Amino acid sequence: MTRRRIALCVNGSERDAWVLPSDTLLDVLHDGLGLAEVRYGCGEGVCGTCTVLLDGEPVSGCLTLAVQAAGREVTTLRGLAGPGGALHPLQDRFLRRGAAQCGFCTPGMVLTSLDLVRRHLARGLGPPSRDDIRYALVGNLCRCTGYTKIIDAVAEYAALAAAGTPPAGTSPARTPPARTPPARTPPARTPPARTPPARTPPAAAP
Amino acid sequence: MAAPAFDYAAAASYDEAVRLLAAAGDEAKILAGGQSLLPMLNLRLARPALLIDINPADQRQPSLAAGGAGGAARAAAGGAAAAGRAAAGGQAGHDGGSLLRLPALTRHRVLLEHDLVRRWCPLLAEAARHVGNVRVRNRGTVGGSLAHADPASEIGCCALAAGARIVARGPDGDRTVPAGELFAGYWTTTLAASEVITDVLIPAARPRQGWSFQELARRASDFAIVAVAALVELDERAERIAAARVALAGVADRVTLAAPGLLAGLAGAAAGRAGADIDAVAAGIAGSLRPASDVRASGAYRRRLARVLAGRALRQALARACGDVS
Repeated sequence: MTRRRIALCVNGSERDAWVLPSDTLLDVLHDGLGLAEVRYGCGEGVCGTCTVLLDGEPVSGCLTLAVQAAGREVTTLRGLAGPGGALHPLQDRFLRRGAAQCGFCTPGMVLTSLDLVRRHLARGLGPPSRDDIRYALVGNLCRCTGYTKIIDAVAEYAALAAAGTPPAGTSPARTPPARTPPARTPPARTPPARTPPARTPPAAAP
Repeated sequence: MAAPAFDYAAAASYDEAVRLLAAAGDEAKILAGGQSLLPMLNLRLARPALLIDINPADQRQPSLAAGGAGGAARAAAGGAAAAGRAAAGGQAGHDGGSLLRLPALTRHRVLLEHDLVRRWCPLLAEAARHVGNVRVRNRGTVGGSLAHADPASEIGCCALAAGARIVARGPDGDRTVPAGELFAGYWTTTLAASEVITDVLIPAARPRQGWSFQELARRASDFAIVAVAALVELDERAERIAAARVALAGVADRVTLAAPGLLAGLAGAAAGRAGADIDAVAAGIAGSLRPASDVRASGAYRRRLARVLAGRALRQALARACGDVS
């Protein structure tokens, strides 16, 4: 089994990789190119945390061979960012709705729901219903059990996108200008303090 | 887990895929959508030496063509022209009817969304909703699903109910296999080691024909515990049932077509008063099954599900045949 060189377009940049025939797209993106947002979950195409867009369609990185992505366009979560790393409006909704808990499933959730909204609007179907959103996300598992807020976030984004503000998943219009760090704290709800409580040293063994 | 090492060859045509298969023998597997094969590799349930990728071999879309003896040969004609021809004069009776041609690489997503599939085989479009998740449907293919021959396959179940024929290319050329002769057992087909599926031909939906697909799974996107596909056709006066077909998934070592004798009780039944006949036929179908128990369900539960789902499927198919569009 010899390695072969493939060229693929990742988040708008041409990248080269030397891959084995048995390397998956997940292997190349995560291990080879260091894109940590493409994650290994189950290796069976069930959990959805390795979701990437291949020529714009969600696929499982663990069930796509790297050689099959040669010459094609791959989008990972960070490919959605606007200038200066500004959050995509859908990410912004996730943040404001508290739809990310541990965050492990979030990239797959965002990419899959973005595809759903884009397709619905492109086909003239209007924003997807909550049932549509549940159906589309059935292959993205959240083991923090936080589905309700994820669906809230997607539904909000879909309504905004359908109303034309912002345009469907293309520009980060709602985000601050480049180089200004995005305001992470919603004004109304202050998240709990992030600093861990001071740890008391373990009691001496009796 | 990671897949064991294998070599990879991209086939630019089905002929090239057949040549590569013939050269490699049992050591090679065809890679279509990869949504069943790659999990098997990642779990090391299969260890082929070579994957032959047929994705570069075929860019065709579903098309519709007049049926009959020459239909298969002409069916590769352009979709729009073929659709027009069929709509104008394609309702030429049972054996001469139009054929929906699905290239083997037709993705499940295309089954769900393509106008020709939704119009001419709504059964398959509905069943595709139950296949995997959005990523599986984006990559998984109709030919790959049939070749994988999972006993719980929605696609295989519909192929049986709809009377599909499968075109397989081998070293000696093409041959056509009725869906009823394709499945040999768990994940096994009757195809030769050097044959590859190129097309699936499905008799197009006809007037006064109704359809239904019923499935129960523990979780949406999971494998079916039991799935049932049914077609019911009324006579020319739309008063009595002329024919019915029922296929089941998840009840045996392969997807299963209910024997015609089990449906004989429906022939001639009045369309508006067939409830008792449907119940009897559903019970008869279930009684003919000997489903195995496994991690998903017991055999007895599966048999009960088969009765309930077959009854629902026949009722809905009959209602649709009578013009109920719901």
